[in-house]
Amino acid sequence: MTLKHVTGLLCAAAMSLVLAAGARAEDKVVKIGVILPMSGGTASIGAHAKAALEVAMDIINNAHPELGNLPLAKNAGLAGLGGAKIEAVFADNQGNPATGQNQALRLITEDKVAAVFGSYQSGVTLTSSAIAEKYGIPFLNSESVAANLTERGFKWFFRTTPIATDFAKIYVDFLADMKATGAKTDAIALVHDNTEYGTSVANTISTAFKEKGQPVALDVAYAVNATDVQGQVLQLKDRKPDVIIMISYTSDAILFAKTMQSLDYKPAILLADDAGYSDPSFIKAVGKISQGVFNRSSWVVGPPGSASAVIADMYKKKSGEEMDDTVARQMQGFFVLADAIDRAGATDPAKVQAALKATELKADQLMIGYRGVKFDDKGQNILASGAIIQLQDGENYVSVWPKANAEKPPVLPYKGW
Amino acid sequence: MSFVLVQVIVGGLLLGAVYALFSSGLTLVWGMMNIVNFAHGDFVMLGMYVAYVVYTLMGGGPILGAPLATLVLATVGVVVYFALIRDIMKGPMLAQILGTFGLALLLRYSVFWWFGANFLSMPQNIVGGTYAFAGLRIEASRLLAGVVALLVTLGLHLLLTRTSLGSKMLAVAEDQTAAQLMGIRPDTMQAIAWAIAAGATGLAGALIANFFYIVPTVGETLGIVAFVTVSLGGFGSVPGALVAGLLIGVIESLSGYLIGAIYKDIVVYVLFLLFLWFRPQGLMGKM
Repeated sequence: MTLKHVTGLLCAAAMSLVLAAGARAEDKVVKIGVILPMSGGTASIGAHAKAALEVAMDIINNAHPELGNLPLAKNAGLAGLGGAKIEAVFADNQGNPATGQNQALRLITEDKVAAVFGSYQSGVTLTSSAIAEKYGIPFLNSESVAANLTERGFKWFFRTTPIATDFAKIYVDFLADMKATGAKTDAIALVHDNTEYGTSVANTISTAFKEKGQPVALDVAYAVNATDVQGQVLQLKDRKPDVIIMISYTSDAILFAKTMQSLDYKPAILLADDAGYSDPSFIKAVGKISQGVFNRSSWVVGPPGSASAVIADMYKKKSGEEMDDTVARQMQGFFVLADAIDRAGATDPAKVQAALKATELKADQLMIGYRGVKFDDKGQNILASGAIIQLQDGENYVSVWPKANAEKPPVLPYKGW
Repeated sequence: MSFVLVQVIVGGLLLGAVYALFSSGLTLVWGMMNIVNFAHGDFVMLGMYVAYVVYTLMGGGPILGAPLATLVLATVGVVVYFALIRDIMKGPMLAQILGTFGLALLLRYSVFWWFGANFLSMPQNIVGGTYAFAGLRIEASRLLAGVVALLVTLGLHLLLTRTSLGSKMLAVAEDQTAAQLMGIRPDTMQAIAWAIAAGATGLAGALIANFFYIVPTVGETLGIVAFVTVSLGGFGSVPGALVAGLLIGVIESLSGYLIGAIYKDIVVYVLFLLFLWFRPQGLMGKM
């Protein structure tokens, strides 16, 4: 490396320092550390989440009276803290539990954030929230569904999303309903990756079906970010299950869709557990060859003018994407955290923790389809709920179950391409 | 032998041919210059994006995308050689490793910045769908990649062994000073080697793009396979990379189907380590 190169590098480093310092010259801000996958195989999720949280901050920090009952929307900033603004400090977890842990440590000890929000992958949430617990900083999780996260006796961990056990119950009920209408749902196959998310959700689902007297017929595990899934698809083709439940992140979900088409294999019912199948880039890449896939969701857009419709518009303007279930749950979680800090009237961790514990939001104060937000002793939102949606035309999901708030009836069998 | 098993093996062979295709560029650079190019996977990624841009801007398929990707990446190869490789080759081994690693990150995050993190995909039937005969299903796009892999491997092998350009390149690889005394310019030869290697890699990317997803981090996923293929095949041996690619593809597919997908990488890497234990120079490498 010549002197010229060194000088160049130093200049670049100096410039980025100046830029970083400029962004920090604001007083009366409440900093929230946000840990997301901004690089690695799930970077698209992180990019969408960042756009969603920027919309959420716009709503909190500026006056948005059009959003009705949504807490913090009416006035600018946090009224409880004299109009202080929320500022997210974004940190990249690279989809890696160790990196997530380091980022949590950095956010808490160096950026002195009031609370930590994140971290998408259940495996990363597991490690990063342990750091927040150690330092006594509130940690809010809005999207990781591994059941064990709230079974660790943590005092500072709060989770707004419905979790694997809730969804397992939804799948059992949904398939029972489909069976009642004449569909064959006897042999169920689980296809999942080997991450914390994949294995724990697969376990929870298989336990739920076993309790119903219908053990899972086939369990296909694969290593995350696969280069090839022909073997797995052929295994499924060979065993012919009636229902396949897919628990996969975006990259693998796309590969499965492509491989299933090239090997001409379709199950009668393909049911996806969110994750990759909710990523808008999944729909753009392979939606047309995944027509009829079922998915779970807590996000349903209301009529024009409703809070959810306005937010969906804002998000689309910001990111260029349609709002999906994952980002909606993330935004909702961020609102819950900001609301708690507002009610606490301070950034003192103990006060925010107490305010989170006292959270009691009604369904009409939310932008998402939960029945409300109220945490139990373990920090889990007991009013979280979800529905089943279907990608009928290969472009947009429509809600199909439960019947009470379905836009369209479910269509069987799985059409594919 | 069941019919499914035949499909598994055929699938493995086609997959292996693709592995061989994107490894040939790496083996050339590695074998000739003793440079481990950590940016190799990201060259594949760039090739995929070139093909994607050709498709979205001009609606062109691989007939247009593949040659363009080859050309663009060959240019990138030459630029990278003169801007980076030539300098870091004089440094210690660690500088070379970190240099190409830095290049990998630069390429990856430049694409991130320009295209965003979204997964992209070519339309399914751009190369003509799937052939079905006697119950076997073969994707046209994979078949095309497999055939091109064989042709490229053969072409590179002939170039290195049968042409004066190849002899000159090998001479430089063997002994730079001696080659210089014979009137060969090492700089030119190595720049040409980089052009060929990167071009072949770009071609591979453009063909893989027809059946794989396209994302800035795809090089991470594919890069490792290339390194394993090259070390199994023997450093610098182009036919070795082909045989190794096919072997790995079939072993992966078979173990994925028979033992379970979660174990297939274990099987591949245990066999890989065992093999290198007995034959560290690889299948066709020289000691």
